[in-house]
Order: sequence, then C-alpha cells, then structure tokens
Amino acid sequence: MNSAMFGAILDYSRRVVPGFTILLLILVAQLPMPLPFFPDVAPALPLMAIYYWVVFRPDLMPRILVFALGLFQDALIGAPFGLTALIYLLVHGFVLNQRRFLVGKPFWIFWSGFAIVTPMAAFLTWILVSVMRGAILPTDVVLIGMVLTVITFPAIAWTLLHSQRWLVGSAQPS
Amino acid sequence: MAKRNASISVAGLAVPFRIWGQRFAFLGLLALAFALMLLSKAETGALERARTVIVDATTPILDVMSRPVEAGQAAAQSVESFFIVHAENGRLREENARLLRWMLMARQLEVENATLRAQLDFVPATAPRAITARVVADTGGAFFHSLLINAGARHFVQRGQAVVSHGGLVGRVAEVGERSARVLLLTDLNSRIPAIVESTGDRVIVTGDNSPWPTLTYLASNSPVSAGDRVLTSGHGGVFPPGLVIGVVAEASEARVTIQPAVQLSRVSEARILDYGVNGILPPPEQVPARLATPPAASPAAAPVAPLAPAAAPAASPTAGAEAAQ
Repeated sequence: MNSAMFGAILDYSRRVVPGFTILLLILVAQLPMPLPFFPDVAPALPLMAIYYWVVFRPDLMPRILVFALGLFQDALIGAPFGLTALIYLLVHGFVLNQRRFLVGKPFWIFWSGFAIVTPMAAFLTWILVSVMRGAILPTDVVLIGMVLTVITFPAIAWTLLHSQRWLVGSAQPS
Repeated sequence: MAKRNASISVAGLAVPFRIWGQRFAFLGLLALAFALMLLSKAETGALERARTVIVDATTPILDVMSRPVEAGQAAAQSVESFFIVHAENGRLREENARLLRWMLMARQLEVENATLRAQLDFVPATAPRAITARVVADTGGAFFHSLLINAGARHFVQRGQAVVSHGGLVGRVAEVGERSARVLLLTDLNSRIPAIVESTGDRVIVTGDNSPWPTLTYLASNSPVSAGDRVLTSGHGGVFPPGLVIGVVAEASEARVTIQPAVQLSRVSEARILDYGVNGILPPPEQVPARLATPPAASPAAAPVAPLAPAAAPAASPTAGAEAAQ
C-alpha cells in the first residue's frame, strides 16, 4: 500500500468519526441502565453529538447523514419511522443557521445554545408523539429528561472535543 | 475582460442555484420524514419488515455492549449484599421457617389434589413453555416503552406471547425478528391487559398511559378496591394466560385507580417469554414464520425452551437459557 492511498484511507476514516460517534451514542442510549425510572428520563445523548458536530464540523455532518441516523434510531426505539429523523433534521437546520453566534465563543454560550435547542426538540417530539398516538402524554418525565440532557451536556461535549482533537482535527473549511 | 465577466456571472449564478438546491434537499427530506411517519401510522408491512431487519442486525451489537453494564450491575449488587449480609441472613431464616410451614401444607394439598383428580378423571392443563432471553436494550424514553430481547422467531418467540420476569408480568411480544424481539411494556400507551382484581373479583383492563403507574379502566364505580389489592391477568381475550401477577393497587381514588407493577421494569435484565399456546387474536396467520409450524420440542436447536411450573414460580435457571440463546 503506498503512502498516498494510506493517507486517503486515513483521511476518510477521520471524516466518518462524527457520524460514528452519533451512531455509538444512539446505541449507548438504548442500553438497559438498572436505575429506577431512568429509561423514562434518560438524557438525549445523540442530540448532544449532533449539536456539537453541526457547530464545529458542519462539513462532516450533512443533513442526509443526520436524517439516516434519525431513521436508525426510530427503528430501534419502536417509534414511527421519520419521527426522530424529522427532529434531527430541524435541529440540524436550526443550529446550522445560528452557528455563527456559537463558533469561537466561550463554552457557556455554546452550552446555552444547547439549552435552547433541547427544549425545542423535546417539545416538538412531545407534540408529534401526542398527535400520532392520539393522547396527551405525561410532561413531567419529558421535563426531567430535558434538564438531565442539558446538565450532562458538558461531559459528552468534553468527550467529543477530545475525539475531535485526536481523531478528526479542527480544520474548519467553512 | 469578457472572459472574466463570464466567469463571475457563472459563479454568481452557481451560488443561488446551490442555495436553492440545498433548500430543496432540506424540504424534500422534511417531506420524506412526514411521509414515512404517515406510512408508519398506517402500519405497512414493508416498513415493519425494514424495522425488524435493522433491529435484528443491531441486536448482536447491543448484546455485546450491554454486557459491561450488566457486569457493573452484578458487581454493585455483590458489594451491596456484602453490607447487608447480616440483616439478609436474619430475614432469610425467618422466610425459610415460614416457607417450611407452607411446604408442609402444599404437600398435604398435593396429596389431596391427586386423590380428587383421580376421582374426577381430571385432564391437567398443559404446562407452559418458557424461553429465557437477555434484555439487550431498554428503548424506553418518555414516549415509547419497550424492551429488545435477544431471542426471536429462531427461538420460537411469537407475537402476542406474555413476557414475565421474577414472577410478574412485564408486557407482551409486539414485534418478532429472526433473532430479536420487541417487548411492549405494560406501561406503554398502547398496552391493554384484561385483568382481574384478586380480592374483589372485578374484571378490569390494565391500561398503560406512559406513566410508571398504569390505570385500571372499566372498573365498577362502587367496587371496594383498595390500595394493596393484587391485580392478576384474567386470561380473557386469549392473549395472556390467566393468573400472572401484574401488580398491586397503588392508589385507589374516586377518579382513578392506578397500580404499581409487580416487576421493577427498569431493572429487568432477563425476560421469560411464556408460550401457553394461547395465541389469541394477535398474530395474523400470514405473519407467523413457517418454521413455527413444527412443534418446538421436535427441534434440538430449541435449547432455551424448557417446561415451566406455574407462572409465579421463581426463575429456575435464567442464565442457562440465556447462554443457550446465543
């Protein structure tokens, strides 16, 4: 294998890391955690990664990828196909639109941005699922889940930051 | 000069085209997502098949990923049990004494039963078969309450079968793949279980509402149901076998009666799928895989299938079944 080919493969594998981290977080979010009521209020891990990558590497986070990952999550959780895909698409569109206010700013601004995106995503999901299932769903677990998602965001962001530093690189062609 | 102008104008045209293209792609994907949601709502077979294929492919990965979680849980439990071993010992001695008295009584009843059965030429009910499987994913969330287990059509799991854990009802099998299945929890909005209140004999429906405490519906308003009453499956409708413990009444007010499920649903790590042969109304015949036509006992591959004593009996050897299911 010549070095150019090796370099191309290495470059390609770097470019799939963001998508792969989201895939991994979708799977991790499904693992059975033996804590009472935890599954109901579990933080939305994939949402954090989508937000992170759209802000820092939008070039590696095309909307078709976000859509496909959403469909995969729908298949796993038993949701109607398209539900999570729709939410992720809208989050992608919104964050891409607002990312100029988030790039290069202190962490607390980046975090605050996520604290705005999360309730929007959760509320929209709640409305869509309530309409599709023809019942008003409980809101308390959604609220707790939302708070946990925002609180745990720095931990996931820190992990993703390191994965970006070591694996993806911080080149921002945009 | 002219050449430069031409290149500028082409670039100037290309940018709006690119933006428009992106907008169309975005709107197109949004429309596609909506269309898929409507199709899912219509429960088309193709989408459901796609889902089982995806879940089937992912289950082995989830199976591996969930092992460390399970190991961690086991370690935490062993540490916890180390600290309470003294109190636990006292409790177990007490329980043992009580169970010994029950055993004596059970032996007497067994003899009496055998005598009476012999006199009546009683035909005993068929013992249910049980398949033990590991829970590889708790796909919960606030909106959909289900579990994924690592046993499917290959292990004779069928749609509609009752799923129990530690003697209490967990839910029913809702989707079956080749080597995975989805269990709809009894707390899910779509769950309706015909039940009976043990102390009063009231027939009710245990209705999931996505909260941790399902409600009892169709309960007579003057029913003397009170907190602590046990609620069992009634077997009506032929979906669930009768007598499985669902839970106890947690709150009984004028407005609503809720139950606390007997099983702590977030801690279910191994599930037992009961096959009583009461397929009820759930699986349409065309969805039952052809291989299920052969009786389970005929196949030596059906390692996790084992006869089971009455449903409330504690799991005999859950891990053996789970290992065989791999």
